[in-house]
Amino acid sequence: MSTAPQPKQGTRPVAIVSFAQAPTQRRIEQANEVELLMPVISEVYAQANMTKDDVDFVCSGSTDYLIGGPFSFVTALDAVGVWPPKRESHVEMDAAWALYESWVQLQEGDLDVALVYGFGKSSLGDLQRILALQLDPYTMAPLWPDQVSLAALQAQAMIDRGLATEEDFAGVASRSRRDAMNNPNAQVANDLDVATLLKEEYIASPLRRHCVPPLSDGAAAMILVAGDRAFDVVDRPAWITGIDHRIEAHAFGVRDLATSPSTTKAAHMAGVGEGDVDVAEIHAPFAHQEILLASALGLSSATTLNPSGGPLAANPLMAGGLIRFGEAANRIMDGTASRAVAHATSGPILQQNLVAVLEAAS
Amino acid sequence: MNQRCAVIGIGQTHHKAKREDVSIAGMVREAARAALDDAGMDYGDIDAVVIGKAPDMFEGIMMPEHYLAGALGAVGKPMLRVHTAGSVGGSTAIVAAHLVATGIHKRVLTVAFEKQSDSDAMWALSVPQPFAAPLLAGAGGYFAPIIRAYINRSGAPNDVGMKVAVKDRLHALKNPYAHLQLPDIDLKMVEESIMLWDPLHYLESCPSSDGAAAMVIAAEDVATAQEKSTGRSAAWIHGMAMRSEPTMFAGRNQINPQAGRDCAKDVFAQAGVTNPRKELDCAEVYVPFSWYEPMWLENLGFCDEGDGWKLTDSGATSLDGGDIPWNCSGGVLSSNPIGASGMLRFLEAALQVRGMAGEHQVADASKALGHAYGGGSQFFAMWVVGSDRPA
Repeated sequence: MSTAPQPKQGTRPVAIVSFAQAPTQRRIEQANEVELLMPVISEVYAQANMTKDDVDFVCSGSTDYLIGGPFSFVTALDAVGVWPPKRESHVEMDAAWALYESWVQLQEGDLDVALVYGFGKSSLGDLQRILALQLDPYTMAPLWPDQVSLAALQAQAMIDRGLATEEDFAGVASRSRRDAMNNPNAQVANDLDVATLLKEEYIASPLRRHCVPPLSDGAAAMILVAGDRAFDVVDRPAWITGIDHRIEAHAFGVRDLATSPSTTKAAHMAGVGEGDVDVAEIHAPFAHQEILLASALGLSSATTLNPSGGPLAANPLMAGGLIRFGEAANRIMDGTASRAVAHATSGPILQQNLVAVLEAAS
Repeated sequence: MNQRCAVIGIGQTHHKAKREDVSIAGMVREAARAALDDAGMDYGDIDAVVIGKAPDMFEGIMMPEHYLAGALGAVGKPMLRVHTAGSVGGSTAIVAAHLVATGIHKRVLTVAFEKQSDSDAMWALSVPQPFAAPLLAGAGGYFAPIIRAYINRSGAPNDVGMKVAVKDRLHALKNPYAHLQLPDIDLKMVEESIMLWDPLHYLESCPSSDGAAAMVIAAEDVATAQEKSTGRSAAWIHGMAMRSEPTMFAGRNQINPQAGRDCAKDVFAQAGVTNPRKELDCAEVYVPFSWYEPMWLENLGFCDEGDGWKLTDSGATSLDGGDIPWNCSGGVLSSNPIGASGMLRFLEAALQVRGMAGEHQVADASKALGHAYGGGSQFFAMWVVGSDRPA
């Protein structure tokens, strides 16, 4: 009989036992947020052989700025049907942080099962304008810098430092989109080599089209179970054995854009380097960020990066980080990995990062 | 709770219609700095920051916590951003307290704010959304029909709401941080103010405020050490709970929501409170519109259903001679920086049991309730704090 591995943070082992996502698309016009979430939430219940009555705590991640109105999480809650009333919370962050809040709740010991979900439809507005509104409202937002141009500054800083080349960026994109051909939920999947990709025009030098994530609509949900009860739900629960998140300064001028000290710190706290990592799902929306983050996480070349295709193949805002956790957990649950790293990011050019180690029981 | 934890530092801004003298960062820092000073700490002593606010459209900044990381000393640390509608100030404090109660962190700074003068909350609340009931005229337009249904159902006399409006503004005169300072407030003044949403007069509604609230929540060993070094006592957390229910469905009791009753039952069970009116010394309850005092008196079990207005009418909830004073700080009716309003309730409860509430102190208060609600009265967050360590 397996026993749950002891976690590095907290005192109670918690595992991901089921995960589902909506097939990501450029524009989903036939479903609002509730309709997008309902099949996904039904699917995680079905996988876990549970109903909403089994869930002790619900937590979600989303942002009002995609829908362009207040309280988008309130209407989305109708997809859960919190009746009778439930313990429920929401973070205005990627749903990976909703997973974090749920993990904290389950540490208390009186609750065993949490439902986590996130959703985002980038198609509802002009994402480049919207994301400019998350910058310093007094000094940066009035200039409306778009996220692709900001990412280009970061990519150029890496090139200037000799940390990567444009060929390397194309290599990440080529591999990601090829891997995505095996992922039915991916949005951009193709088989193009580096030489072909490098013939594309720049969008914002040094970034070409292939270095930039697609605009996506999507949603994802998962169920967390604390303690040995997880073994009753699934043969190989993905145990969260380490988890930590950190934030950096907001002003780009005080950051070294070519590094990610917050990721390095979170990885250290989560214990990433304390064993071999079979697979890592990295929330790197831009190609250069995968190279930057793999280095910050301290991963070796033996680790398979983003076998799902990663955010370059599908990038639904607010669910993208949770999808990394789900994809990494799936590799544990399907037996192709025994130790995995999941990473999520939030804020402009990797300001905030969350890292977890997922493991199978020995 | 796995481990005991306590509030050891409290800070808030002077709440005003417009804080044009500070940026958002300056405003949250004002509250955070005061909380740290009270705790005898500095930013460097803090392990994690948990920040909350109501919809981002209230200021027009998407996820402002990213921009505030530096101002709140969060750089290099974990930072969480909570948003649970109007209850957010309370749920933010609860998320922060869980980080300590579970032993994950020892010292957490929690902050909530709203700078409503940067945008227009009424407009931000009234953006039509597909498939959702429009609020059209802000929160008051939404709640007025529910209040009318309460009056109808309970047979309450029409002036009970106005009595709450007067009482809370009299309380506010004893709180230097309160936004509204109306020394001449009386029933006539409320009655003569313009009718906004029948039966709510202008003065039966909360103001729109700029303001921030902050607390330092610490593990037992840290709290004990800081009590010794600062000479100020801690407010121990005896229970905390959250509940949510859907905005609408057939048969939903919108006047006395089940989620509120469940949440109160849970938090009182944790704190060992069986008769809240008797065993609590005071309560800070989210009352943005006057009539929500009698309605929440019933919902929270301070009296039987239908009797809430009688408590209010008899003066039981007044700091001046009442046996269970509600909103001694002046409450949401006197200061309403929306995202911070729930945290203000939680921290005012803590101030009371620390004996640090100044002129609006309830003598020898040893156990108090902090309460917040949000959405279509569907999200609830509550805690009970006490001057003694929980058993």
